[in-house]
Amino acid sequence: MSSKSQKSVSKKDLYKDMLLIRRFEEKAGQLYGMGFIGGFCHLYIGQEAVVTGMNAVMIEGDQVITGYRDHGHMLVAGMEPNGVMAELTGRVDGYSRGKGGSMHMFSVEKHFYGGHGIVGAQVPLGTGLAFANKYRENNNVSLAYFGDGAANQGQVYEAFNMAKLWNLPVVYVIENNRYGMGTSIERASSTTDLSQRGSSFDIPGVQVDGMDVDAVMEAGRKALDHARSGNGPFILEMITYRYRGHSMSDPAKYRSRDEVNEMRQDHDPIITLKEKILDDGDIDEDGLKQIDAEIRKIVNDAAEFAQNSPEPDPSELYTDIHLEETA
Amino acid sequence: MPIEVLMPALSPTMEKGNLAKWHVTEGDEVNSGDVIAEIETDKATMEVESVDEGTIGKILIEEGSMDVAVNTPIAIILSEGEDAETAITEASIVATETVETSVAETVAANEEPAPLTNQVEMTVREALRDAMAEEMRLDDKVFVMGEEVAEYQGAYKVTQGLLDEFGKKRVIDTPITEYGFAGIACGAGMAGLKPIVEFMTFNFAMQAIDHIINSAAKTLYMSGGQMRCPVVFRGANGVASRVGAQHSQDYSAWYASVPGLKVLAPYSASDAKGLLKAAIKDPNPVVFLENEILYGKSFPVPDTDDHIIPIGKANIRQQGSDVTIVSYSRGIEYVENADVELKEMGISAEIIDLRTLRPLDMETVLASVRKTNRLVVVEEGWPICSIGSEICSSVTNLAFDELDAPPLKVSGADVPMPYAANLEALALPTTNQIVDAVKKVTYTT
Repeated sequence: MSSKSQKSVSKKDLYKDMLLIRRFEEKAGQLYGMGFIGGFCHLYIGQEAVVTGMNAVMIEGDQVITGYRDHGHMLVAGMEPNGVMAELTGRVDGYSRGKGGSMHMFSVEKHFYGGHGIVGAQVPLGTGLAFANKYRENNNVSLAYFGDGAANQGQVYEAFNMAKLWNLPVVYVIENNRYGMGTSIERASSTTDLSQRGSSFDIPGVQVDGMDVDAVMEAGRKALDHARSGNGPFILEMITYRYRGHSMSDPAKYRSRDEVNEMRQDHDPIITLKEKILDDGDIDEDGLKQIDAEIRKIVNDAAEFAQNSPEPDPSELYTDIHLEETA
Repeated sequence: MPIEVLMPALSPTMEKGNLAKWHVTEGDEVNSGDVIAEIETDKATMEVESVDEGTIGKILIEEGSMDVAVNTPIAIILSEGEDAETAITEASIVATETVETSVAETVAANEEPAPLTNQVEMTVREALRDAMAEEMRLDDKVFVMGEEVAEYQGAYKVTQGLLDEFGKKRVIDTPITEYGFAGIACGAGMAGLKPIVEFMTFNFAMQAIDHIINSAAKTLYMSGGQMRCPVVFRGANGVASRVGAQHSQDYSAWYASVPGLKVLAPYSASDAKGLLKAAIKDPNPVVFLENEILYGKSFPVPDTDDHIIPIGKANIRQQGSDVTIVSYSRGIEYVENADVELKEMGISAEIIDLRTLRPLDMETVLASVRKTNRLVVVEEGWPICSIGSEICSSVTNLAFDELDAPPLKVSGADVPMPYAANLEALALPTTNQIVDAVKKVTYTT
């Protein structure tokens, strides 16, 4: 029943999106190591298929909100790599003029509502975005992403209850990467099938192979249709994996190197898609190399931009605390 | 012995009510538990049951009587062989005392500043309701959500009538999940709507304080000015009556310390209305601290839909020359009670109602201190890191040479609120404490 058309997305577009996230995050990791990025920096490497697939099946105006592992969500939303990277380095050309950092970036224009640092807070906030959609009768759906760690927060269930009670157009995308910081899901959750966490509230949910962009898109379409058709919320549990530590300061000693290698070699979302593209024969190895070069250039430019952009003027310390005009 | 049936209180803060209906007449036999009358306030209606058995000897307050003070005898029940006349004489003494109290209250209310436009008398509760209704008529992005705000008409009846006028799309009953619905309101605010969140009391907003501070207050800054979160968080704050430690405390200092929030705490109905309208129009998140005990208090309010009080401006309620007394919310009531004694002593106090706690109007406070050279701050809240602490610190920094005495604060006791009536009274600022503080700073013996 979508009144606004879905975008037409080719495998090549998906590949580009995922590769951009991968290369961007690798570069962010480097810049962190060089001291250009401070504080917390949570990389999305390994999970690229989730946001890429969901983004491909959204329609114009659908909103996205997530936690602090947010760089990938911003890049697929169409936010400029330069602006995102410059925010990571705390510079004036960053999306928040250097005042937000890795975990706090927003683009109202691109319908990206953050970037939230408190585990689980984005779930009621995203439900509130859906509330606004229903209030305005605008046919849009809000996507609230959160991790397996956040799935145990109390406020998530308060939001689930109201979302179903009021049949709000929201899709909850649980990115289950198996570890809430250093604690495996088995050690943190009494039940580990997170897709069923809405069953007390009559919210349907399915588990999805979050390492396969096609599977993500297929499940995403169904979930968005469900929410857009007035049936209320839907839960997608994306089974995924992060290759890096929880944040840059995490050596990830709580899991074996074999476990990580097995995921990288046999389940990598980018390699899987690459093989499909080559099988289809639309693009050959050279074509893919060309894409790779394009992406590397975008990322290198962003890194350079982010290092050269000046720090915010000291006067910025006291701006943006209050809006003075009356609405 | 004849039994007096007393006007009951529907809540700990009810002071008076209407006797809507008698179900019995003089001479009727009644048993314990029989419904004998109906009483009502602007919040609720309740049936009065007989507490004993006997004969209705005399009805002392007629059906339809308005504003009957709580604990006024309304009827006499006689046991066998008892005579009505003796009982009435005793009862009338109590009734007279009650009348005197309400006269004193009227005098205090008359000391409002001179009206500029036509004024109508209304309660703080009605003023708040009218402010919301007027703003909802002007802007369809404004909606109200909270526990019992719609069908129940508000736990304290502040949202009375809003559901009828605006419907369930804009007046929304929530489950008892403050954290969740505060977050939903913030999300709706980020998406461009103008939510008003009613917390039944601010004690329960502790469950939601993460969203008030982390989601609402910081968003504009963290987004480099891109995203706003214009939510009004309102509800009863401060010390209530006999509800114990978890339901009785003042959060003023907590919220007033947070950059990104505006924090309002009005006393009068006029300020309540004008400031709530300003809060709803404001593009920033606003914490609006009401007071349960003030809800039923009446004040003159300008008779216009356009009555807006600017945020960030204190009000000089009374000009004076000997001492500046600063307070806010119900603290003003304590100050004005104490002022009666100060006047008798010949001390002229300048009384400032802060009305806004963030941003604080230090200009008005400093100008007054430069005139009186003495400062006392009165607050219900705890004394450590309080609004009073902040004002005393600022005045000491900015007007040290103007002071003729160290500034003093009269605060609530530094303890969780006790339940026992005598202890509760000891935990609150008293007239004596305020008078003593003024005597100290004015070196009056």
